[in-house]
Amino acid sequence: MRIGIASGKGGAGKTMLAASLHSVWPTQHILVDCDVEAPNLHFFAHPHIDQTWTVTLPVPQAVTEACSHCGVCRDICRYGAIAKFGQNIAVFPDLCHGCGGCFAVCQEKALVTGTRELGRIEQGSCGDTAYFSGCTRVGEVMTPPLLRKLLALLPEQTPADVIVDCPPGVSCPAVTVARRVDAMVLVADPTPFGYADFCLAYEAFHALGLPLACVLNRCAMPGNEGGDEKLKTFCQTHGIPVAGEVPFTREAAHALAQGRLLPELSPDWRTRFEQLCANLQRIFGEVQHG
Amino acid sequence: MTVIAISSEGPTLNDAVDPRYGRAGGFIIAKVPEDGGEPTISYLDNGEAQMLPQGAGIVTTEHLANAGVTVVLSGYVGPKAFEALEAAGIGVVQDMDKMSTGEALKQFLDGRCSVASSPNHASGQ
Repeated sequence: MRIGIASGKGGAGKTMLAASLHSVWPTQHILVDCDVEAPNLHFFAHPHIDQTWTVTLPVPQAVTEACSHCGVCRDICRYGAIAKFGQNIAVFPDLCHGCGGCFAVCQEKALVTGTRELGRIEQGSCGDTAYFSGCTRVGEVMTPPLLRKLLALLPEQTPADVIVDCPPGVSCPAVTVARRVDAMVLVADPTPFGYADFCLAYEAFHALGLPLACVLNRCAMPGNEGGDEKLKTFCQTHGIPVAGEVPFTREAAHALAQGRLLPELSPDWRTRFEQLCANLQRIFGEVQHG
Repeated sequence: MTVIAISSEGPTLNDAVDPRYGRAGGFIIAKVPEDGGEPTISYLDNGEAQMLPQGAGIVTTEHLANAGVTVVLSGYVGPKAFEALEAAGIGVVQDMDKMSTGEALKQFLDGRCSVASSPNHASGQ
């Protein structure tokens, strides 16, 4: 089973939960960091990287003298990557989404193919756990093609569970990953901001037909009275099982800032995450990959 | 004929120069006859480009190229827009904000401006 760890809001605790689950997961598993715009799971998992690939996108780079200035390539481009100034065709490879439409419609074969680097993907291991991650090139705005390449590296037929640290939010990156997991854990920050984004995440991932569970992070935060209850009421109303709660403590914040895993803080913390892990396995018990 | 486009917050020569080029509300178009007579003034709306997530300066430049514009007066121009203006063969005068479009036009016609050789603003800002 592939389990995604997502949240509507950034900074809700996805990586904390993914790393914590990794440290208490009772069986063989694979760990994946899909937060390619700001990957940070390696701070906690300390993987040994064996292999790195650069991922590129084929884009139009220039036009040759064969160009008849007909403008069909410009008209088909939905992203404004090709412009026509009078009789002059100009290409802007930064704006290209790589659909290939311009190459397909050009009768004169006048477009020169180039590549744009999207980012890197890495493969390695943390002890017995296989580890995969991606990192977007600084300045690149499009992540879905990189995420598709990253997730295509995962073995299709494996008895091992896969724990996926998802991109934040509910836009293209998050949905690209959500379409490739079997179940989703939503980490919720019970602040007013966190609540609003949690509702958005529920709408997006529920619409994809994914089995969902919720983990409340930073529970019983001073100054946020009523926040936990509001979120739990939403979960109850919408049939989202709550798999566990992580309390708001200075101890946890301090440990995370030092790159330490919460289950390793004390037997109490370990028990809390083992229980959370058991709850998730019970909630998603029937879910199979595919 | 010199055709000047001035990024503008409104349709008249009394309106302020819009400091943004790609995302300007519109452009005052001033057609200056060869004999140096009075320019004819019109207004070109740029509303569509304001809605684009990126590449606004490129679309704006297409509109101006189609309108036969030869020089642009604006506040700041990003790198992609600058590249587009070069490809279109349109000259650009930057830092013309904080004045009315009428004053900007007068400064240009009096020869008190210089055409830029590089963009003065980072992408997408």
